[in-house]
Amino acid sequence: MSGGLNNTALHELGVAQLAAKLAAREVSSVEATQHFLARIQNENLGAFLATNADVSLAQARAADARLAAGERTPLLGVPLAHKDVFVTRDFPTTAGSKILENYRSPFDATVVGRLGPQGAGMVTLGKLNCDEFAMGSGNDNSAYKPVKNPWDTSRIPGGSSGGSAAAVAARLVPAATGTDTGGSIRQPASLTGITGIKPTYGRCSRYGMVAFASSLDQAGPMARSALDCALLLSSMAGPDPDRDSTSLDLPAADYAADLLAARPASAGDKPLKGLRIGLPTQFFGAGCAPDVLAAVRGALAEYEKLGATLVDVSLPLTELSIPVYYVIAPAEASSNLSRFDGVRYGHRAARYTDLDDMYKKSRSEGFGDEATRRIMIGTYVLSHGYYDAYYLKAQKIRRLIAQDFQTAFAQCDIIAGPVSPTVAWKIGEKSDDPVASYLADIYTLSSSLAGLPGMSVPAGFGAGGMPVGLQLIGNYFKEAQLLGAAHQFQLATDWHLRQPPSL
Amino acid sequence: MALTPQDIARVANLARLELRPDETEHTLSQINGFFALVEQMDAVNTEGVEPLAHPAAVIGDVALRLREDVASEPNQREASQVSAPAVERGLFLVPKVIE
Repeated sequence: MSGGLNNTALHELGVAQLAAKLAAREVSSVEATQHFLARIQNENLGAFLATNADVSLAQARAADARLAAGERTPLLGVPLAHKDVFVTRDFPTTAGSKILENYRSPFDATVVGRLGPQGAGMVTLGKLNCDEFAMGSGNDNSAYKPVKNPWDTSRIPGGSSGGSAAAVAARLVPAATGTDTGGSIRQPASLTGITGIKPTYGRCSRYGMVAFASSLDQAGPMARSALDCALLLSSMAGPDPDRDSTSLDLPAADYAADLLAARPASAGDKPLKGLRIGLPTQFFGAGCAPDVLAAVRGALAEYEKLGATLVDVSLPLTELSIPVYYVIAPAEASSNLSRFDGVRYGHRAARYTDLDDMYKKSRSEGFGDEATRRIMIGTYVLSHGYYDAYYLKAQKIRRLIAQDFQTAFAQCDIIAGPVSPTVAWKIGEKSDDPVASYLADIYTLSSSLAGLPGMSVPAGFGAGGMPVGLQLIGNYFKEAQLLGAAHQFQLATDWHLRQPPSL
Repeated sequence: MALTPQDIARVANLARLELRPDETEHTLSQINGFFALVEQMDAVNTEGVEPLAHPAAVIGDVALRLREDVASEPNQREASQVSAPAVERGLFLVPKVIE
């Protein structure tokens, strides 16, 4: 690395590299922040919903003061942006919905607070576009604008954390937060060639995440490498006992420490010797496109070179995870979204006859098509006479799905497969066919229902030169093992370093 | 099992949504398409299976904590009402509820 200051290259640095430059005081946080803000100002991907240079630069100055005082913490002064489902005091929060247009939260989400000036000292560059209330797989359900995939702007970036994924892939931010309910971190990470991890359900506090499906929602980092994700997760995770009763009573680990100690394997070295990778037969069937399978198999061959052994496992209820998820998630969403009533915050209709009419008009004007559809489905499956047949039945199958994973983990340490059955599709292709879009979630839903940690790791390219991600699923609380396996892969390959040709 | 337009109207009312007539038809066909998928669940025998709410409960008890019933937040009434559609003297305004 040259000692000279070269601002034009700052966006090419990952979190760890940028943090090192900041710690060495080769660049200031204000300079880095200005550099990224300038890139964001010129972006045409639709990735951002809000920026505020004054707020960002004030945070950067505070970080520079801490650096000048000698503080050296791993993320101090590094910029990032948050998916717009995390509430923020200093930026508007919309969750991608018109119903929350101009909403200002009186507080920061726990994750935002832990990463920000009162915590790790990262600088917030703004808020990232997403599907309305995180409901979607293509980011075309944003009420504001679709997000374009930087690898091919005629294609979706995935969803629902599509703005986060596109911003990281296009080097508009070194890292971003995302949320994953049924694949919303892993799938966009896969479709844009970046790295993302959904931790075990309960690892990161849900406090201040606009709620979609409370028994599934989980926050996680999205960045270019497993190392960068590990650095962020170390600050994001940890119990939040007074504010999120479902947060796990487990201290956050220093997920990056082991990764930093790992060295690239020299020829013939087997750093992953003993690691058993389980391949669910249901993830490698006819439902997965051949180009995606080829990339995934190539990545698995690399894992074998690194010493891992591949074993076949079975997750027999994989297909059932689609109806089970699409009963449970809308049921919880219909309950969570009942808070948008036009009284305390959010949109209120201009004309109405009485209170009931005000609720109906405000909600119908404020919610987009997919949110409306899910509220309808959720209300129906929870309604009198249907609860047992749908919601309760789905929660029972959910337990069977989770038990199947435990059976599989008796034979292996990590489960691997594709993230998405195809590469990114064209914008608009599945817009009016919700069921087709639900079916594309098949490989991510089962681990979400089981609450297991899962990652997407760049694994190569498929049709049209579009990125393909390898999904790694770990057992409960095994984020460190997942990140370690991903890091070894990234020491041996350079898929995660590839960038869109347009950059 | 297919839903009828009456079901859609009933559910929309429960959810406090007002669908336009053309929306009702569209929503009906989409929701019926979805429930064809949901019927797959019938084939799974779940007799004696406990529903799973907190996923990690599969491997052990998950204690849902209670906290002390004490006020821990500062008064943020003004910040909380910044985004309210109608406020007067610190109160949320709604249409007349009681005649």
